Amino acid sequence: MKEKIYRQLFALLAFASVLFLVGISITLFVEGLPVFMEVGVFDFLFGKLWYPTSDPPDFGILPLIMATVWVTGGALVIGIVLGVGSAIYIHEMAGRTQRAILKPTVEILAAIPSIVYGFFGMVLVAPFLQRLLDIPVGLCAFTGSLVLGIMTVPTICSISEDALSYVPHSFREASLAVGANRWQTLTQVVIPAAGSGISTAIILGMSRAVGETMTVLMVCGGAAMVPTSFFQPVRPMTAAIAAEMGEAVVGGLHFHALFAIGLILFFITLLFNVVAEMVSRRFRLKLGLAG
Amino acid sequence: MKEIAKKILSTVVASGLLLSCLMVAMTSSPADAGGNRLTITGSTTVLPIAQRAAEDFMEKHAEINISVQGGGSGVGIASLIDGTCDIADASRPIKDKELERAVARGIDPKANVVAMDGIALIVNTGNSLQSLTKAQVKAIYTGKVSDWSAVGGGSGQIVVVSRDSASGTFEAFGELALDKERVRPDALMQASNQAVATTVAKTPGAIGYVGLGYLTPDVRSLVIDGVMPTKETVLTGEYGLARPLFMYTNGKPTGYTKNFIDFVLSEEGQKIVEEVGYVGLK
Repeated sequence: MKEKIYRQLFALLAFASVLFLVGISITLFVEGLPVFMEVGVFDFLFGKLWYPTSDPPDFGILPLIMATVWVTGGALVIGIVLGVGSAIYIHEMAGRTQRAILKPTVEILAAIPSIVYGFFGMVLVAPFLQRLLDIPVGLCAFTGSLVLGIMTVPTICSISEDALSYVPHSFREASLAVGANRWQTLTQVVIPAAGSGISTAIILGMSRAVGETMTVLMVCGGAAMVPTSFFQPVRPMTAAIAAEMGEAVVGGLHFHALFAIGLILFFITLLFNVVAEMVSRRFRLKLGLAG
Repeated sequence: MKEIAKKILSTVVASGLLLSCLMVAMTSSPADAGGNRLTITGSTTVLPIAQRAAEDFMEKHAEINISVQGGGSGVGIASLIDGTCDIADASRPIKDKELERAVARGIDPKANVVAMDGIALIVNTGNSLQSLTKAQVKAIYTGKVSDWSAVGGGSGQIVVVSRDSASGTFEAFGELALDKERVRPDALMQASNQAVATTVAKTPGAIGYVGLGYLTPDVRSLVIDGVMPTKETVLTGEYGLARPLFMYTNGKPTGYTKNFIDFVLSEEGQKIVEEVGYVGLK
């Protein structure tokens, strides 16, 4: 009897997440839909002008989508190099002492609030890059990518490291036994075997970068135009929602447009997560861990 | 095993209780919480005045509890309409749409002017330019001019910095300086006065605008149409880019709301206004 109650209680708790997800999806759809009706799907997604508070307003989110794509793309390059690189070093090459220092340090990076990253980017990195590269303004897509890239390092590094540790010892031993040296074993056996795990890490890092808000709001400059260079100010989707939601008249077209942006972001991150799940499943099958 | 289950269960129950307490706390609106609570929400421009005034007011009236929040003029007025705040700070007059919604909800927003604010154009301290005309400001911000040499400065690209389209300062600037024309799409949009000042201070070719309260030694303000933005020129109306700051109430203020507004308008309150960088009404 008692056991049954516990069972149901915990089932309820577990299904709460489903409830939240359904609730969020419905809200996004219901609140976002009016803008597709009124502005039109094509004009909304591919319009080049974002002037939500002008009279008459323009609701074209192409500049915002492209800003997110550019900034995330740049962040990914930096995140992959730093994240996968440090995972390989920590797992394959570092001695015990170094690992004891490096691992917690990378994890602490994840614990820093994003507003601190934003402040750091705005006050230190942006002016520094502006002087160093002699560009008109430091708050631009490049600075955003740089700071965001650093923020994805903990995600990419720790999941990549897990992937490396899942590679069975027999693989390495077999490789060394046939005469491959450590470098050959690493690049031709271990990394390919951990490949899908590392891909999962990268996709999850990407999904973190796409959804990051406070940092991009502070360091990207916020100009709503389709970027043609990494050194122009841009306005990613999350930044637009965060900056404008406060003043959008509840129930107005601008309000609905911000929800529609949220809906599109939701689809993007959902896609990333589904792909990550598929890739990691394939990875487990490959190593015979699926059971 | 049983012990663990018991522990988990009690944790769940405890957190459930805590959650329901929180829910109750969140759902009860301040208006219902007795007359000893005053909630002020709205414009971040008015926030420093409301914050300091609330602190001083509470020191004198220990029985009252005032909570002050930012969020922007729109948020403040929306909360006033929803009945979740007693005073809505605003750096712009209420919009027709908002007024319609208020009337539909039986709310009667009343404007109380508490201070004047001037919007100053600021440039980097390394910039040699001293003054602009209003027409030049408009040309820069709407995108007709992109190089400092076209407005009498040295050569170099103008980096245009603006407040976010959601802020009251942006709207006031749009009306006072741009005749409601659109800001150029490549302008940097910053989320706060502070962020505008920081960006301009760190970027040699930048121009930005902030409330007079946010002028710092790190940036230099420009003379506009021959008038320096100062307290005197704002109050006399000589300086063109100035606006009143409001505290909206539902109907004529009564009770503690009235006491608080009276305090802000008193000599002591207006001294706070001056101290946080705005222009007092007297």
